[in-house]
Amino acid sequence: MGAFSYFPQTGEDIRVMLERIGVGSMDDLYADVPADFIYKGEYDLPSAMSEQQVRDFFESLAAKNTRLKVFVGQGAYDHYVPSVIPYITSRSEFLTAYTPYQCEISQGTLRYIFEWQSMICRLTGLDCANASMYDGPTAAAEAVRMCVASAKRRNSVLVSARLLPNVIDTIKTYAKYAGINVVVSDQIFEDVAEGVLDLAGVIVPSINRFGVIENHLGLADLVHQMGALLVEYCDPSALAVVKTPAEWGADIAVGDGQSLGIPLCFGGPYVGFMACRTALMRKLPGRIVGQTTDASGKRCYVLTLQAREQHIRREKATSNICSNESLMALWCTVYLSLMGPEGMRRLNALCYEGAHYLHDALLATGKFQRVFDADFLKEFVLKPLCPVEKLQKALLKAGYFAALQTEEGYVTFCVTEKHPREELDCIVEIVKSVK
Amino acid sequence: MSKIAEGLLYSESHEWVRVDGNVAIIGVSDFAQAEMGDITYVDMPDVDDEVAAGEDFGALESVKTSSELISPVSGRVVARNDELEDKPELINEDAYEAWIIKVEMSDKGELDRLMNAAAYANIAG
Amino acid sequence: MKYYDKLIFELSKPGRIGFSLPETLLADKQQLPPKKPATLGTVRGGTASEAQRWGPKDVFQGQAAAGSRIWREAPLDLPEVSEVDVVRHYTNLSQMNFGVDTGFYPLGSCTMKYNPKINEEIANLPGFTGLHPLQPNETVKGALEVYVGMDKALAAITGMKHFTFLPCAGAHGELTGLMLMREYHQSRGDTARTKVIVPDSAHGTNPASAAVCGLDIVVVKSKENGLVDVDALKGLLGPDIAGIMLTNPNTLGLFERDIKEIAQLVHDCGGLLYYDGANMNPLLGVVRPGDMGFDIMHLNLHKTFSTPHGGGGPGAGPVGVSDKVLPFLHIPRVSGFHGNFGIILRAYAYILMLGREHIKLAGKLATLGANYIKESLKDCYKLPIPTVCKHEFVFDGLLEDNGVTTLDVAKRLLDYGFHAPTIYFPLLFHQAIMIEPTETESLETLDAFIAVMRRIAEEAKADPEMLHGAPHDTPIGRPDETTAARQPVLKYE
Repeated sequence: MGAFSYFPQTGEDIRVMLERIGVGSMDDLYADVPADFIYKGEYDLPSAMSEQQVRDFFESLAAKNTRLKVFVGQGAYDHYVPSVIPYITSRSEFLTAYTPYQCEISQGTLRYIFEWQSMICRLTGLDCANASMYDGPTAAAEAVRMCVASAKRRNSVLVSARLLPNVIDTIKTYAKYAGINVVVSDQIFEDVAEGVLDLAGVIVPSINRFGVIENHLGLADLVHQMGALLVEYCDPSALAVVKTPAEWGADIAVGDGQSLGIPLCFGGPYVGFMACRTALMRKLPGRIVGQTTDASGKRCYVLTLQAREQHIRREKATSNICSNESLMALWCTVYLSLMGPEGMRRLNALCYEGAHYLHDALLATGKFQRVFDADFLKEFVLKPLCPVEKLQKALLKAGYFAALQTEEGYVTFCVTEKHPREELDCIVEIVKSVK
Repeated sequence: MSKIAEGLLYSESHEWVRVDGNVAIIGVSDFAQAEMGDITYVDMPDVDDEVAAGEDFGALESVKTSSELISPVSGRVVARNDELEDKPELINEDAYEAWIIKVEMSDKGELDRLMNAAAYANIAG
Repeated sequence: MKYYDKLIFELSKPGRIGFSLPETLLADKQQLPPKKPATLGTVRGGTASEAQRWGPKDVFQGQAAAGSRIWREAPLDLPEVSEVDVVRHYTNLSQMNFGVDTGFYPLGSCTMKYNPKINEEIANLPGFTGLHPLQPNETVKGALEVYVGMDKALAAITGMKHFTFLPCAGAHGELTGLMLMREYHQSRGDTARTKVIVPDSAHGTNPASAAVCGLDIVVVKSKENGLVDVDALKGLLGPDIAGIMLTNPNTLGLFERDIKEIAQLVHDCGGLLYYDGANMNPLLGVVRPGDMGFDIMHLNLHKTFSTPHGGGGPGAGPVGVSDKVLPFLHIPRVSGFHGNFGIILRAYAYILMLGREHIKLAGKLATLGANYIKESLKDCYKLPIPTVCKHEFVFDGLLEDNGVTTLDVAKRLLDYGFHAPTIYFPLLFHQAIMIEPTETESLETLDAFIAVMRRIAEEAKADPEMLHGAPHDTPIGRPDETTAARQPVLKYE
């Protein structure tokens, strides 16, 4: 077998190393492995490819996917990715670093995480944020665990049925094994007021899976009266214009940072965020970066409050999370830096006008009915009066991914700033043609 | 060589108890604080919480370690030293002055299982 | 590395922008706020009167919406910076960072191998990055083939049957795997199995994952030789044991040579064996966990399969199972969509580059490098367990006690342009220095590292004070971590 570009050892190098170790062959280094566990067969893998062959292979796979104009959200939003972001995030100093345990040579990573935490606090209005979670749904599941951990001897959580299905399912999974009682409810206010036994927390969407901007006025007081915590699940991009978790009186905010400049990428990697009030700071899962000074008084950043974490606290840690989604937090941080307050407002205005234009035009075709009389931002549902499958097929044929059906039979649409009026008009024309 | 205050009772997990009638005032020994290094946070129960002998009621944290606080007695928490919230270093400064919680004991007999200063000196030398 | 002091917030100046967006998508047809047709259903949300009181237009123009029902009231205080400000700022930040591309990164248990660049290009192909996770199957055939191909490849490499790709990291894989373990016992009505055995040398994630999964932890001690004490294990096994979590080789880099007996004992008692794939690298192309009797395992694609660590993530932690556990593989939804697809793509590209030929050398070369360093330094660093190691090994501080700690050695290495090893883990030794070189480092790199480690040992004799103050040539010196934890400052104000 010939040399391989990722292995720098020459035959002579290997000989020198074996000699220093005092063994005759590399196989001797496995003498402590029972002989029948040494795999002697041929690995059932393709033969090694050249780099060009690998590229051709993946290009052919990529070509088997259909690139569509995306008009569906449901937790993954097709916003424009400014060109600066991939240039910054592909810098090898960021990309190929490990977790910033050696802070003296990791100030780059630590600094952007500190900026990310600061920006998440500003979007949510809450006091502190962690360095990231895997994605929105897992952040929600961890928030539920946090509610139960904070509330002594209370073990139930109320979960809004209007959260995205994958958020509810992930919460249920985590809760099931942790022995937490999950009550999924479509009437949160009433169920909190009536009193769920041993209520530890309530989780509601800031904008629900039907796209409706929910009104949570009075909810936090009600939840707090019951001795429980309120968690808001948010689209961070929308938080630039809709009421913040802090304004609703929530204790914890979670969500997925994907809408802040991360490509769709078939569902990941994305990044979960989590913010909370100061009182809950030490209950946060995962890494947290703090500011301090070095011996000479220079401002610097370190991983802090680590006694919460698995590498110190082991089974008593607030969570088992170790690796997070640091680089994706950098995507969002660079995105928010580029967008600024004005960019975030304009972005939401563009989504709003596009979504409302499409919404009204679709209704005008007579092929849909309104479902909710409530404000929405970029995502909405309609009740179809035409055959949904035909509609979806016609849209797909024209290169549009839209009108995804919910379990109630509604169809969802989502419009972002990426989609010019021609595309919206095109969708309307296709809808008109469906009989 | 760590300090061992006379007149207190000690547990094997390095908590001390000062008995005041039916109330046990609980802290950690000088040996324990020295082992921990700079204490950065004290996780304490709330007043009215129940604690049980041999079970943890909180934790001490330093930058790189944490240590569970094990209750030497059972009972109800009647006070906690809120000063430690902002100044955990008080334990480093004087471990016997910086009490952590006061517990109204449900079984004073549990005190018999604790050590006096002389006996404790054998394990915290 | 140069010290650069700014936070992005400190570059802000009102009126600067770094974005480029049109004023409107609709040109002549702008119609805000929209007219509302008749009501067909209601939810608690903003009402028509809300829209009249606070036109979204006002909100989008940044006017205060105090008293608004659903719109944000507080101003959004983000930096106002130009595009070039952003690029310079983050470029400057990156230059205070050390990555695998910067230099040798012998961080034990982290497998900091070279991250091939072709992987990045593959993961950034628009035919992959543009896919919405809920697109119909017939429009994502290529993406699905990636999963099928990876499943087959990982099964071949590990000897497991099939994998789930939902877990986003190693600890996430552990949690998922333990859920499968519970499902397995549950399906047999074996509900008393609520305990998991972990060795005292285990990664912290093992007990933490078990706790999150609602299982109690039983610790099995290591023997003097660093291996699991099989006699002690026997005493722990019983009808309440769900299984054991092992990383093999263990965190001391030692192969658990009694694995056959351990597997037999655990299976006989009705438990399952979980393989923590964090230490899979030395077995890559040499030993398959499935053949050793493991029922469930995870892989860290960001360790063994060369995907970049990204300053802490994203990773991917696919979980593989044996026949026994296969029926439960698709039960738990543990993340939002299909796992970290972008990471899975990178790992697949790496496997195809390796192919069935080169994979056979990967683990062996990693093991060769670790043993070479160990043998080259054991005369100046304390080697508590002097046997052959696998991909990593642990020193217990300097051989000669000059008051120089492992922390001092680690910090001094930074001055010499190396990343530090993992320190103070595993907890079995007080001054642990855990070194893992990986197979992608040349003899010259290893020799340079060895020379520096020897030089530091000399410095420890000559000038211990200088080492206590290290590092001296990095952008910052040692930070005040105590104050950071006592009075946390977690955001810019």
